[in-house]
Amino acid sequence: MASRKLRIEYFAILRERTGVNGEELDTEATTPAELFEELSQRYAFPVPGQLKVAINDEFSDWQTSLADGDSVVFIPPVAGG
Amino acid sequence: MNLFKLSAESLRPEDFREHLCDPACGGFSTFEGWVRNQNEGREVMELEYQAYEPLAVKEGCRIVAEASQRYGASNALCVHRVGVLAIGELAVWVGVSAPHRNAAFAACRFIIDEVKHRVPIWKKEHYSDGNSGWVNREVCAEQAANSRAPSSRRA
Repeated sequence: MASRKLRIEYFAILRERTGVNGEELDTEATTPAELFEELSQRYAFPVPGQLKVAINDEFSDWQTSLADGDSVVFIPPVAGG
Repeated sequence: MNLFKLSAESLRPEDFREHLCDPACGGFSTFEGWVRNQNEGREVMELEYQAYEPLAVKEGCRIVAEASQRYGASNALCVHRVGVLAIGELAVWVGVSAPHRNAAFAACRFIIDEVKHRVPIWKKEHYSDGNSGWVNREVCAEQAANSRAPSSRRA
């Protein structure tokens, strides 16, 4: 299966768990859902509730096809204000 | 103008007000969110805001534009702090000018409510007992969603 190179950025509780702001990753994951599953296994991510996902700085669907060079951000429940 | 900004520096409302002055407007409404010294029974020493900046600014600008369109406001600005904030510091400022007061009040309220549950900004509380934690406000987000008009709900 072809792999793709992605840029992942972490925020809040996910950044604390990974210990890094972001990373480059070669992965066979084809969707954000698969990617999160892969990363969850590596980092034992907590499940903070309703997680959203952004691809290339825009909210996206969990089943969107990932392309080589995409940047992906998982968004834990927000708490501005 | 309709704008949402993030700031790593202390917010100075007097700098924002002038951007909303408009001879066609007779009403001006603001909201200030301050850092509080306690939350859910725990003493808070300071707060830390972290933002996913590119998307926070995009989504914030969408909210501000939606507010102006929905309520007929003329100008709206929201500025949100990032970084470490002390008790009493200004965390978020919203200002709206409109021809009449109802639009200004309503748009201002809409902006702060939507910002709290749509913009990717996270808040970490540092407590007096040395612990800290990221605030999970999903319950509040649900309440905000329930209090909004059905037409405003997103699929």
